[in-house]
Amino acid sequence: MCGIAGLIHRGKSSKVGHELQGMLQALKHRGEDSTGYALYGDTDGKNFIMRFKVGENVGEGSTSVAEDVSVYDERKKIVDGYLNEMGAKIIKEERILPYSLRYEIEYNKKDLLEFSQKIESIPGVEILSMGKSLEVIKDLGNAKMVCDRYNLDKLVGTHAIGHARMATESGVDIKSAHPFWGYPFSDVSVVHNGQLTNYWNNRRALENKGMRFMSECDSELIAVYLAEKMRDGASLEEGMKESLTGLDGVFTYFVATKDSLGMAKDTMAAKPLVLYESDDLVAMGSEEIAIRSILPQEIDTYDPFDGEVKVWQI
Amino acid sequence: MANIKSVSKKTKAQAMGMHTEVLTGRTQQKFFNPDEAENFYYFGTHDVDFNKRTDLDVKDMTAAEANKEIDNLMGQGYGTIVIKNPQGKHSLGVGILNKLNLIFEGSLGYFGMGSCDGPIVRINGRVGWSCAENLMAGKVVIEKNAGSCFGAAIRGGDLICKGSVGARTGIDMKGGTIIIGGDAGAFTGFMMQRGRIIILGDVGINLGDSMYDGTIFVGGEIGSYGSDAVDAELTKSDQDWLKRKLKVAEIGENFDVSKMKKIVAGKKLWNYDNLEPTEKKGAI
Repeated sequence: MCGIAGLIHRGKSSKVGHELQGMLQALKHRGEDSTGYALYGDTDGKNFIMRFKVGENVGEGSTSVAEDVSVYDERKKIVDGYLNEMGAKIIKEERILPYSLRYEIEYNKKDLLEFSQKIESIPGVEILSMGKSLEVIKDLGNAKMVCDRYNLDKLVGTHAIGHARMATESGVDIKSAHPFWGYPFSDVSVVHNGQLTNYWNNRRALENKGMRFMSECDSELIAVYLAEKMRDGASLEEGMKESLTGLDGVFTYFVATKDSLGMAKDTMAAKPLVLYESDDLVAMGSEEIAIRSILPQEIDTYDPFDGEVKVWQI
Repeated sequence: MANIKSVSKKTKAQAMGMHTEVLTGRTQQKFFNPDEAENFYYFGTHDVDFNKRTDLDVKDMTAAEANKEIDNLMGQGYGTIVIKNPQGKHSLGVGILNKLNLIFEGSLGYFGMGSCDGPIVRINGRVGWSCAENLMAGKVVIEKNAGSCFGAAIRGGDLICKGSVGARTGIDMKGGTIIIGGDAGAFTGFMMQRGRIIILGDVGINLGDSMYDGTIFVGGEIGSYGSDAVDAELTKSDQDWLKRKLKVAEIGENFDVSKMKKIVAGKKLWNYDNLEPTEKKGAI
């Protein structure tokens, strides 16, 4: 069934990694096959942060296979070489796990399409996120396990979205885990709770328009769908409103950019969402207990209505 | 055994247009012997004194522990119980088959007050999905908003939300009354079979979709009508009943009920009758 959570601080920063961990852990009964975070940290905005993987953490139902660390090392070398070829300078490099890396990159071209295609042409390599404040971290296990593994507790930022996954549409692996990056737009991420029934029709149409899919998870469609709308000049909110009719099925999803957070709920209102909104904080989740993990005092919350789209700025 | 012919007389509810079918099935018959005392014992009930009051802090309890403690307190005769720090926990207050004054100082998660029969409940907060599902009797008042599937499949009692509610309010309800002070989402009254829903605010799309029977009253705008939901005349007796109900519910006492819309089943989708399966065999 999956659980989603998100929060945005308006006018200040906070320990969003810690806060989102609490929210997602409160939702772990909705699925702990994998957990993912999209965190928008405080940065100077000069360099790109690229989170990528050079291998898989393989769980139940995955079509991927476990590989030796030497394979990961080889792929990393090729990535480094390609970055050098494209004029991207690695400022800082962290290898958090054998298959998971974080690079701070100086790269001056605005179009990330060619860049991403080049890096992802290496078999087994996937960019999880590329942005000047966005960092997507996802792996198998519940929120606390992933938070501890990647040391996310201390990350300070303005907003974040996350996902606790019960795998139903595809295997248990990192590539099928949420959040999904809004490729090739920097700093765009999506999490989703629900099922999309016109996934393949939309996927074929979008692939014919040059869009890329990395998994067979229906939720990835939302990120690609919105990215395509934005590529054609739509604003984020316009793209989200179009998705209410363009996407078929039941869904509640969150999308975040470097300075905003949005939610959309399908016209059947079949997937839950509870929302708290004040002047300085918006927090939302599949269940109220997610919000209570950061706001234990009595507060006013509500369910957004069917077909509702909302976007908040930091 | 009750005489099944006696129910063929038009009841007051039928005269008011609340339902129109004549109930003749076996479900209307009563099978008990007044000489057998065990037929009057209701499993899981206690003698309680409403003047005997206590607080229960459930902050560090699971829902199962909290519900068991409520049952223990009723067993000790407490008739008024105040629950502190519910903090959005799911499934609190379920399965209470007793007269009881229950007050929640805070919000509940999903399935709060499910399958209850008899308690008077006040929730000084919000409730999540499926509040008071399958309520048989009693009164549940929510001071703030409620999630989707509010009052799903209730069979009796009064369920009142002073704020707004999500989608599918009163889905599959078979009796009782649901009163909403604010707005209601899509598919309100979806497949309802009996009972009444009152919404003082606006309501979303597909109102009363595939409703078999029952009545929906709406004070605000209607997003759209569902399949087989149609307007009906708001009678004087409807208005009297609405006024009385809103007053008892402590909600919208001064609301102008004369401008409310009344929605009932068009009965074009009806493809069932009142016979029980065994009776159908006999008829064939």
